[in-house]
Amino acid sequence: MGNVVSLDSIFGLGQLAPPAVMPAAPETASGCSSSSCGSSDGPADMDPAVWEKVKNHPCYSEEAHHYFARMHVAVAPACNIQCNYCNRKYDCSNESRPGVVSEKLTPDQAIKKILAVAQEIPQLSVIGIAGPGDSLAAAGKNTFATFEMLQKKAPDLKLCLSTNGLALPDHVDTIAQYNIDHVTITINMVDPEVGAQIYPWIFYKHKRWTGLDAAKILHEQQMLGLEMLTSRGILVKVNSVMIPGVNDEHLLEVNKAVKSRGAFLHNIMPLISDPAHGTYFGLNGQRGPTAQELKVVQDACEGGAKLMRHCRQCRADAVGLLGEDRGEEFTADKIEAMGFVEYDDEARRTYREHVESERAGRNASKAAAQADVRESIGFTVDPILIAVATKGGERINEHFGHAKEFQIYEVGPNGAKFVGHRRVDQYCEGGSGDVDTLDGVLAAINDCTAVFVAKIGGCPSKSLADAGIEPVDRFAFDYIEESALAYFKDYAERLGQGVVQSRAGQDAVIRTGALTARRA
Amino acid sequence: MAYKIKSAECTVCGACEAECPNIAISLKKGTYVIDPAKCTECQGHFDSPQCAAVCPADCCVPA
Ligand code: SF4
Ligand code: SF4
Ligand code: SF4
Repeated sequence: MGNVVSLDSIFGLGQLAPPAVMPAAPETASGCSSSSCGSSDGPADMDPAVWEKVKNHPCYSEEAHHYFARMHVAVAPACNIQCNYCNRKYDCSNESRPGVVSEKLTPDQAIKKILAVAQEIPQLSVIGIAGPGDSLAAAGKNTFATFEMLQKKAPDLKLCLSTNGLALPDHVDTIAQYNIDHVTITINMVDPEVGAQIYPWIFYKHKRWTGLDAAKILHEQQMLGLEMLTSRGILVKVNSVMIPGVNDEHLLEVNKAVKSRGAFLHNIMPLISDPAHGTYFGLNGQRGPTAQELKVVQDACEGGAKLMRHCRQCRADAVGLLGEDRGEEFTADKIEAMGFVEYDDEARRTYREHVESERAGRNASKAAAQADVRESIGFTVDPILIAVATKGGERINEHFGHAKEFQIYEVGPNGAKFVGHRRVDQYCEGGSGDVDTLDGVLAAINDCTAVFVAKIGGCPSKSLADAGIEPVDRFAFDYIEESALAYFKDYAERLGQGVVQSRAGQDAVIRTGALTARRA
Repeated sequence: MAYKIKSAECTVCGACEAECPNIAISLKKGTYVIDPAKCTECQGHFDSPQCAAVCPADCCVPA
């Protein structure tokens, strides 16, 4: 099959238009306070060697998330611990959303699937193994068999894996040998007293351990594994599941502990709890955090290990860009039916070159927009949240009714930054809007002042305005951050005139359903 | 003297297969089964039956 790079698949029409005219940075702008200043080589606070590793990795760099796709293959069904938020009938909930089931593959099937997807989706840059159990349980046999074959057949793809950490110290040498340069460890506690409320048992050294003993062993193995990886220069991201009343405040301790051991990113994810998932927490009424509770803990950890907020808790067999999941197009049956899959990396190379040029120069225009805001309104106005409908490319290029998730940006005098995403049901499925779905969308973005879209119908537009959320389509197809800053400047002026009201104190609902987002 | 797997509760994760010291566990027609002729309840190898200790569904039980 011919594989022309279809940029339309991620950019909306008009994507080649230059961004809205940006005033040049005033000479007086003193340095820069945001983390994204400096040259287009990467953020100023990041070691260039690290940037080189993460810039095309969607799970590690927020920006890369807009340009590159990841793919998980579910080759590791076994697990060696029990978590109270997991029901082993489903995928591992450390990485995935609870209650979803991935299609298990043998290493051979996985390789075939990866090659087929790589031919079809030039944005593909990363292959991960995140379950559906623990990638290093059962001696990590399937995980390493898959990586070994992949390294021979498609050396341009980056490899990563996720683990609960229990077996990690035994496998660090193998991980280094296969050039796996990113590892995710789920660490929910650094105190066995807290751990005992999360982990009923572990299987370690041929024995089932329970209670404090279990939590203590797990904790020690996690810290040791983390130190061993970082000392070998392998990037480590730490995932934590925030469980209100169990480890919410404790996560600050976790953040400090993992930062001091060299973790590169810390990702705090909400517990997703529902009796229907049949988990211990779900059945016992343990609730998950609200959007603002989550944000409070994330903000408190901001000074420590760099925080990541764009994780979507993808399925163990997810395929695609941002919140999209094209897994359904590549099921085992369909892959079997494809016969021999050819592999060439031409399309991906062309695509990567395109992205390099697209990214160059962005940092300067963001800094200029920020300086403009600061000059005109100073620090008198509190930051606001904006929900954005996007298909990627860092642009506002999705219709309100087609969005399956909204990206949330916090914008204020310190610049615009991505702080999370909210999954929603598509409001407009097959042309007609549905009132219940609209209520769901309103609840999901209730803490936002405005919603940026490429286009929106009159009816949802009115409902949003009635709810106090301003629908904005005048920045259609422009860059998100620059538009957010321009909007903030205008908002601050209107706030001063008393034309608009602040939405401080509003909260929003984190959707509990499994990720079922499919490409329309 | 052998263990068996209650197949209705098994999640087919394969954790037990990897732990069995006697290679008594295998995948047959989509579910894991224990060959009673090979299973020794782990005696002589470990203190407790490994399949039962690792199984997340607690479905490895004395036959
Ligand atoms: S590590 Fe993952 S698969 Fe294992 S019990 Fe915990 S959530 Fe489930
Ligand atoms: S009890 Fe031991 S020997 Fe028997 S099947 Fe289980 S792991 Fe194998
Ligand atoms: S460990 Fe338990 S659930 Fe997993 S395959 Fe064996 S019997 Fe089934």
